[in-house]
Amino acid sequence: MASVALRSISKSFDTTQVLSNIDLEIADGEFVTLVGASGCGKSTLIRIIAGLEPQSAGSVEVGGRAIDHLRPHERRVAMVFQSYALYPHMSVAANIALPLSMQRLSLWERLPLVKHLSPRRRSVTRGIAKEVDAVAAQLQIGALLARRPSQLSGGQRQRVALGRAMVRHPDVFLMDEPLSNLDAKLRVHMRSELAELHARLGATFVYVTHDQVEAMTMSDRVAMMDAGRILQLGTPSELYARPANLKVAQFIGSPAINVLPGQVDSGGRIVVAGAALPVDASLPAGSAVSVGLRPESITPLPAGHRPPRDAVSIGARLRRVENLGAEYIMHCDVDGLDGTVVTCRVSAESAPPGDGALLLAFSPFACHVFDAAGERIRVVDDASRREAVRIPGATAVPNPTR
Amino acid sequence: MKRVRRVVGLLLVHGFLLAGAAFVLLPFVWMLVTSIKPPDEIFTATLRLWPRHVAAVDNYSRALTSAPLLRFGLNGLIVCAGILVVQLLVAIPCAYALAKLRFPGRNVLFVLTLLALAIPVQVPALPLYIALANIGLLNTYVSMMVPFFLSVFAIFLLRQFFKGFPDDILQAARLDGMSELEIVWRIVVPSAWPAIAAFAVFSFVAHWNDLYWPLIVISDANLAPPPLGMMFFADAETGSNYGALTAAATILTAPLVIAFLLARRHFIAGITMTGVK
Amino acid sequence: MSTLVQGPAAPGGLRRRELMEKLTGMGFALPATLLLLTTSLAPLAVLVVMAFTDYDLGNLDFKFIGLANFGKAMTDPAFRRALWNTFMYVAIVLPLAVGLGLLVAVLVHGRKRTRSFYEVVYFLPVTSTLIAMATVWTFVLHPKLGPVNALLDALGIERQAFLSDPGLVLPTLALIGVWHLAGFNMVLFLAGLTAIPKDLYEAAEVDGCANPIDRFLTITWPLLGPTTMFVIVTTSITAFKVFDTVAVMTHGGPIGASEVLLYSIYLEGFQYFHTAYAAALTVVFLAFILVFSVIQAFVLDRRTHYG
Repeated sequence: MASVALRSISKSFDTTQVLSNIDLEIADGEFVTLVGASGCGKSTLIRIIAGLEPQSAGSVEVGGRAIDHLRPHERRVAMVFQSYALYPHMSVAANIALPLSMQRLSLWERLPLVKHLSPRRRSVTRGIAKEVDAVAAQLQIGALLARRPSQLSGGQRQRVALGRAMVRHPDVFLMDEPLSNLDAKLRVHMRSELAELHARLGATFVYVTHDQVEAMTMSDRVAMMDAGRILQLGTPSELYARPANLKVAQFIGSPAINVLPGQVDSGGRIVVAGAALPVDASLPAGSAVSVGLRPESITPLPAGHRPPRDAVSIGARLRRVENLGAEYIMHCDVDGLDGTVVTCRVSAESAPPGDGALLLAFSPFACHVFDAAGERIRVVDDASRREAVRIPGATAVPNPTR
Repeated sequence: MKRVRRVVGLLLVHGFLLAGAAFVLLPFVWMLVTSIKPPDEIFTATLRLWPRHVAAVDNYSRALTSAPLLRFGLNGLIVCAGILVVQLLVAIPCAYALAKLRFPGRNVLFVLTLLALAIPVQVPALPLYIALANIGLLNTYVSMMVPFFLSVFAIFLLRQFFKGFPDDILQAARLDGMSELEIVWRIVVPSAWPAIAAFAVFSFVAHWNDLYWPLIVISDANLAPPPLGMMFFADAETGSNYGALTAAATILTAPLVIAFLLARRHFIAGITMTGVK
Repeated sequence: MSTLVQGPAAPGGLRRRELMEKLTGMGFALPATLLLLTTSLAPLAVLVVMAFTDYDLGNLDFKFIGLANFGKAMTDPAFRRALWNTFMYVAIVLPLAVGLGLLVAVLVHGRKRTRSFYEVVYFLPVTSTLIAMATVWTFVLHPKLGPVNALLDALGIERQAFLSDPGLVLPTLALIGVWHLAGFNMVLFLAGLTAIPKDLYEAAEVDGCANPIDRFLTITWPLLGPTTMFVIVTTSITAFKVFDTVAVMTHGGPIGASEVLLYSIYLEGFQYFHTAYAAALTVVFLAFILVFSVIQAFVLDRRTHYG
């Protein structure tokens, strides 16, 4: 059983609080990503799980048992470092074999001259070599076993680091930004390789990255972190379609979500850029809110065009178009909101003509409304009194986990 | 259990380090202590550390009067400074030329400098001595400095440094009409300042503590640098006045030690340069 | 490599610039070249030639006597003793100075608050004027007045005449040599240790490399390899050039027990003025130094191996 549970983990360095009360449960075999900007504490958290850093408070459980008192190599976890941390003076084979030699040979059997006195050493080393070969074959680095790390490319080194982790058959794989040192193309390739590896091994993966694309494409669930706290834990779709927090909404998704300032009017409705949304926010009049709109939720229409029924529209002027081939990204200045640029995403065929005034139409249910503190406000449809949020792949609307 | 292991480990480590430190500091401590002891306490062979009567003034003034210690220090300063100045004046243009300019014989020169790196000063000592004797330059400040004017180490070190300097800046300077000499001194040298400073420390320390060559060329105590001066002084005071002897040792050792304590970073950087070369 | 601006000039202009570059280069290198010739190479040549003559300082002429000087050196008991003493000295100093430097560096490397203190303390002997400290050591080791013998006395051990006992004098000088060099090696090792990436140790910890011995054998020692080799070679060369302590403390005595190669050369060349003979000895000295230096050059080549 390789579930991982973090209970009330806090960590401070001297006077700086780096992690505050982290609670996280990861199921056996799940791929969970900790994502966030630099400094949010994600690396520290993964190092606490590995045992490289002691927590200031709280406990870590693997397979239901607390492991806080165990040293890193006793915890049945394996870690892939951002720099891979391959031993430069050893061959690839020796690198991968090291964890096993440490496990199976005693100190005397590893000392330079004394080791030759051990009778069982030969057979143990042979057994280890076989396992190394097996892992190398899995990762397709069998031909590189005699080389030194300095003779390998970035992608090859990464595989060796993976091999060194895999050979231990750990309960949990911990990965600290393993792809950041690779070039963009290789990164894309390795993303799918890692996802496939996870599927094949069926092990629990805890993955750390600052790249939201990696988080979205590889994970079963994502925990977005900021300033030592988990802002939201959920599937990628949940984080995308129902961000609990303005920070989450802005971090996930590319191009980034549009955020427009809005206000609650005397009738309890939200007014943004002059348009009133037919939704009820249950907030006092005059409250300031932020309204988030994903670029693909906005349909740009030529000015004067009749907007579809049930849609809200605001005026804008086109500023710039980015042509991505299959789609256009249109940057527009919203009327009445100086300095606010809205991006819309349209397929190449349905793009409106180039210049001038536009009407930006969107469904009110595509709006993500956040209060002045950045927290999500539950907004219900005027008519049906139901919260109209759809999350692909989910049957019921789940509650956001803080 | 873990905590106990940690504490025991720390005790062992610090115990060993402190024992080593005691060995290292022993002569320093004893030197200082003896230099303030009166003769009768020195000659009672007890393990007593702190003197009962302080005779510091006696010992130090005796030391200062029986040998021109301050003069020795001054000589050291003159010689080391003279050596350093010439070393830099010679090495910097040469290193720059080796790094950035193409001229006939460049490779030959570089190989020769590498070879010269391996030759310690004691090797050309004999012929140089004869030559200086023939010219009549023995027993002069210049004679103490001559073999060291060329620092192959400086050339090598600075060449490495200069090689990394971007060519574009040099070309821009040339376009601006700067002469090559100006470029060297006004543009390239300031950027190499850390390396030059570290080398300066290294050179100064090495030559302040040099004995062999001054011993050969100097017989006049008035010109003696600190090590030679100390040797003269020790020979004169053989066996008798340990108080004055250690006082003299303190006076002569103090400058470098104090300089080290003040400028630790540069010292260590200078020394590590030999490792990086 | 320097590329002067290649303007749209006629070939004549380009030629002129190249000529200027050549002249400037040669001019810059001139002082150094002159010094190299006059203070290094010419003397070296003269030395080698002189070694084959019978010149004594002050003679009016000399004649070539082939390898006679070298032959004399090989059979001269004083020289053979000096050579033996020098090698003995190096043999004692080398493992102790390197080992101590390494041990202290490894121990100090892990300290956070006390690190500066230990660094300063251990490096102090390197900055001190060895002659002055040698005089102090003479007193410290004094049979009747020195603290070391007083301590031995207090422990019930017989007092030792460290500097006047022929059997003890060389090891004693060697110990002082270690005292002088260990701090220097410590600094070099510390630089090497700092260059080892921290996450290697972390990866090793996760892999099971938990206790200090494993960490040292698996990571520290192999990655220090180039530094260690370098320290060994420089220590050997420095130890081989021992002179100061002998000149000040023992003058080669008692009965030649502490006479070392450089001291022999000094005596022959500058006290007895057997110039040609001293030149031959110097050539021998140089030969050994060159061997060490060549090894050092090869070691430096290997330093970039771990890329």
